[in-house]
Amino acid sequence: MALFEVSGFRSYSEVRGRQTHLADRTNHYNFGTKTQEFAVPVGVDPSGFLKTCNHDGGVCIDMNHGTTTLAFKFRHGVIVAVDSRASAGRYLASNDVNKVIEINPYLLGTMSGSAADCQYWERLLAKECRLYRLRNNHRISVAAASKLLCNMMLGYRGMGLSVGSMICGWDKQGPGLYYVDDNGTRLSGRMFSTGCGNGYAYGVIDSGYREDMTVEEAYELGRRGIAHATHRDAYSGGVVNMYHMQEDGWIKVCKEDVSELIHRYRKGMF
Amino acid sequence: MFSVQTFGDTGKMKDYHYTGPVEHRFSPYAFNGGTVLAVAGEDFAIVASDTRLSEGYSIHSRDSPKCYKLTDTTVIGCSGFHGDCLTLTKIIDARLKMYKHSNNKTMTSGAIAAMLSTILYGRRFFPYYVYNIIGGLDEEGKGAVYSFDPVGSYQRDTYKAGGSASAMLQPLLDNQIGFKNMEGVQHVPLTQDKAVQLVKDVFISAAERDVYTGDALRVCIITKEGIDEQTVALRKD
Repeated sequence: MALFEVSGFRSYSEVRGRQTHLADRTNHYNFGTKTQEFAVPVGVDPSGFLKTCNHDGGVCIDMNHGTTTLAFKFRHGVIVAVDSRASAGRYLASNDVNKVIEINPYLLGTMSGSAADCQYWERLLAKECRLYRLRNNHRISVAAASKLLCNMMLGYRGMGLSVGSMICGWDKQGPGLYYVDDNGTRLSGRMFSTGCGNGYAYGVIDSGYREDMTVEEAYELGRRGIAHATHRDAYSGGVVNMYHMQEDGWIKVCKEDVSELIHRYRKGMF
Repeated sequence: MFSVQTFGDTGKMKDYHYTGPVEHRFSPYAFNGGTVLAVAGEDFAIVASDTRLSEGYSIHSRDSPKCYKLTDTTVIGCSGFHGDCLTLTKIIDARLKMYKHSNNKTMTSGAIAAMLSTILYGRRFFPYYVYNIIGGLDEEGKGAVYSFDPVGSYQRDTYKAGGSASAMLQPLLDNQIGFKNMEGVQHVPLTQDKAVQLVKDVFISAAERDVYTGDALRVCIITKEGIDEQTVALRKD
């Protein structure tokens, strides 16, 4: 029954016996609907398996990858800015991917690294946050949400997942920003940038950051950080998606094409 | 252990022993070619694929379309490794039936896309070598296209090409449907007839330059009246 499953009640025999497990073949009769199962190639190290299959008679399995994302805290909340490019090997799979997952009106998660890993685990995180809210009658804190994601990553450490995510929100402790990655690293901080373009973004936002910036200055800083990173990093590009986390929830600030921004900055520069 | 006795350069007999484990290079995957394309319009969606099944230098079949009908409003196109395409479509069909029996309604296109994402991710460590594109109508009757990578990352698009000739077709679609990077052009919305003609032209171009694409083109046009299938001949060389 629906309530039975939502409440998370598990009988003793289930807790003992049934956990998330790796099987060499997925159970076709359940189709992975009752418990989450992952199929693993037999006798091979999963993290290196795909690399050995590539270039074998034209087989080339490339997964969507690559990004620049940044987030920083300042006096009036948290700014989150991401690019929108997904590349599969050398081919540009898409130039308008949404790399921010809106978990609830007070929590955002960014995605960098492997697109499928980030989409899947952050969607799972959104489900867990929702269940927490239903069971405990108050919203989950940013620290707890980031810890849930961190523990999911630790469960599959060494298996070749690639996730670099920032969990941003506003809870009873105020604005929160955590960086979580596939090694199980979980850091709280004022400013983070992830992805292959992060070095370029750090340069820009480090030089322009002041704690007492106005809201417009903060928006401009976030935009510039992503725009300049996409300008120099081949695997970042598309549009800048920017969100502002305020006390009463997040708002989506803008979605601007990077080439327009660079053109505008060029005009101002020379 | 396998021992071979042979004569060395100096005339002495040499023993050659193979010791230790021997690596047998078996790849569970094969590449069977094929191209798939989907376009979403205001009140229609088109999913098209060629029908050539190849492997290496051989053609296994000239009549193996890659579009599979899932529901009255959804068609999926799968290209890559044919074995995985068949198993994946069987699993999707079974899950659709299970949903229909539990919930007494057909799955919507968006729901099928979300479900496919989790099915593909369940094989994150031993992926299905399939590039999927779903085309159909959403709950409001508007055209929808969802494109996937082999491990389940997906997003909703207006148009997408996948498979062996995808890198050739996608820029052409960006230009003709998306009007990308063009100045002074009127953004005319795509009518159904223009879209079908564009799809046919685009595949004719793909067959010219991609060895794995050709033989015939199967076009599925999805409207609220149902799914209409057309077959068009392509180059057979």
